[in-house]
Amino acid sequence: MSDITPRDSAHDPPSDMPPAEDGSETGFDFRNLDRRWIFLAMGLAVAIPMLMGVVFPEEPSEEVLDVFAAVEGLEDGSSVLMAYDYDPASKGELEPMAAAFVRHCAQKKHKLYFITLWPAAVPMLQKNIAILNREYPEYTYGEDYVNLGFRPGSEGVIKVVVTDLKKLYANDVDGTDLNELPLTRNLKNIQSMDLIINVSAGTPGAKEWVQYAATPFDIKMVAGVTGVGYTPLVPYVPKQLAGMLGAIKAAAEYEEAVLLEYPHLRENPSTQEGLRKMGPQLVAHMLIIGLIVVGNVIFFTDRKRGVS
Amino acid sequence: MKRSSNLIWLLLLLVGGGFLIFRTVNGSMGRAYVRHETFNATDSFTKRIQKIDDEEQQELAKGETLSEEKAAARGKLKNRLPTVAGITWTKVSSAERGELTTKDGQPDPAVVFSWSRTIGLWIAAVGTLAIMSFLWGDNVFYKLAEAIVIGASAAYAMVVGFWTGIIQNLFGKLIPAAMRETVLPGLPGAQEAELIYIVPLVLSVLMLWRLAPQGGWISRWPLAFFIGATAGIRLVAYLDADFVQQIGNTIMPLIVSDNKQGLMVGHSIGNIIIVVGVLACLVYFFFSFEHKGVVGGTARVGIWFLMITFGAGFGFTVMGRISLISDRFSFLFYDWLWLPKPGIDA
Repeated sequence: MSDITPRDSAHDPPSDMPPAEDGSETGFDFRNLDRRWIFLAMGLAVAIPMLMGVVFPEEPSEEVLDVFAAVEGLEDGSSVLMAYDYDPASKGELEPMAAAFVRHCAQKKHKLYFITLWPAAVPMLQKNIAILNREYPEYTYGEDYVNLGFRPGSEGVIKVVVTDLKKLYANDVDGTDLNELPLTRNLKNIQSMDLIINVSAGTPGAKEWVQYAATPFDIKMVAGVTGVGYTPLVPYVPKQLAGMLGAIKAAAEYEEAVLLEYPHLRENPSTQEGLRKMGPQLVAHMLIIGLIVVGNVIFFTDRKRGVS
Repeated sequence: MKRSSNLIWLLLLLVGGGFLIFRTVNGSMGRAYVRHETFNATDSFTKRIQKIDDEEQQELAKGETLSEEKAAARGKLKNRLPTVAGITWTKVSSAERGELTTKDGQPDPAVVFSWSRTIGLWIAAVGTLAIMSFLWGDNVFYKLAEAIVIGASAAYAMVVGFWTGIIQNLFGKLIPAAMRETVLPGLPGAQEAELIYIVPLVLSVLMLWRLAPQGGWISRWPLAFFIGATAGIRLVAYLDADFVQQIGNTIMPLIVSDNKQGLMVGHSIGNIIIVVGVLACLVYFFFSFEHKGVVGGTARVGIWFLMITFGAGFGFTVMGRISLISDRFSFLFYDWLWLPKPGIDA
């Protein structure tokens, strides 16, 4: 049994625990709580609101409205690079915002260029393109959107496509010559994009797009990132990044912002995936806060009683 | 302790297992369907020609003419139209449960049961449960699922990397004619061999020399080149985006006001916090002076800023992790177990 398994010292009561006053074995005590009860509580805290369909109202924050304005403020039919750098491991966190970006751009009839630096992100691109096929049948492949797919090389790919896209991308993801597609026939590089939308789960991702494309070539860019990746990227906002969505909370707010602008989208339940995920978030966060409070109360009580 | 643990798991197994058996026997869970759409090349070409014709009519109504590019595309389509007669293809895409029947309640003949996707669905569900079983403790199911994930991810990355990097990028540039004839029919006809790509080919071969029984040191040369080039590229990017630009981002007015709103208190406080935070954190990492007196006090403020940053980062991480478990539960409940989605199915 390895050290990191739940069945180790964390389950055993501390040796310096004070014995019960009557000398008997101690009864229920948070200090001795099997951590699996906490796992179970957390599972229920997420599952019950999800099964009950608990949805809380969201109001878009200023940061989210900045991102919304960056997409909304473009003229209809503008060119947008959809750089989606995430894989199935983080789709739970990023898929709602990725889908919201696609729908928002489609509402504005923007021309979309899908690209990724992650090999496992190709199915993610296809999933987002399926939204266009299903909900926006007027979007024609090669005329309104194109799937450039993946190329290996991480930030090296950005370095190349920012000056000469066809040096790396002679074909789209299906092998079609880019010179045969009306959308890409005259495309030289991504400097002609009106906006870069990057959905990033790590490296290479938002940081690299800022470093190699947005900052040196002054291309407007917004990003949607995981919770883990949010804080290190905040210093780029608002000059190097016009706005940034952090984790599922911002995704839900962005969905709400899109729904407020385009209310007819509410008829489609898929447009509210992020909003639905905020119910379990709230209950789970309440549980964590409660556990932190209980843990601290026990800690300070023990300290007052002189238990080390 | 052991008794309580056993109780938890006995309860979970009884409820979960019973429910699973009931749903499986009932035939109302764990099935995947696909939609088959058959396309006809002649119809597809005709539609595209018709679309350009319609656009031409619109342009004419505005007193303008169709662009040369679109006229040329239409001509090309018309020329190819006779050659594609009889060509059909079927597009297979995932179908949701709600698509099993048409709007009038009749079974949709285009949506059919898919064995391969159903097996995939069950593997994903069992794999999810196997990974989650680590919460109980390290076990053989967890280890098996972990090994499968790592193996499949590595294989997938290798195959995709080989196809896009070696085949498309390297050989597609070096021997485009041969590639066009064999595996890359979509390569542009005008593309000629770019001999500069011999350099990465040679470097790659030198890198693989490491595996040879003799002369392994040769692989150090390409490695040195890659490290040097990467460091150079990154250095410039970091200097610009993370050093010069970040200094610029920190040069901001401490008192913010405009003609309409006058003094903007919130904005001003925000800017002051940013500037003070940056300076205090820099002082904390400045070890040439002992952290005493003013320097010590400022460094202590820096620690507070760092702690708040770490706290915010931890909070975001927790949110991210809950999103992940929420996504997995969503998969298990709705995609696998077919429970009704509140607000959608019920």
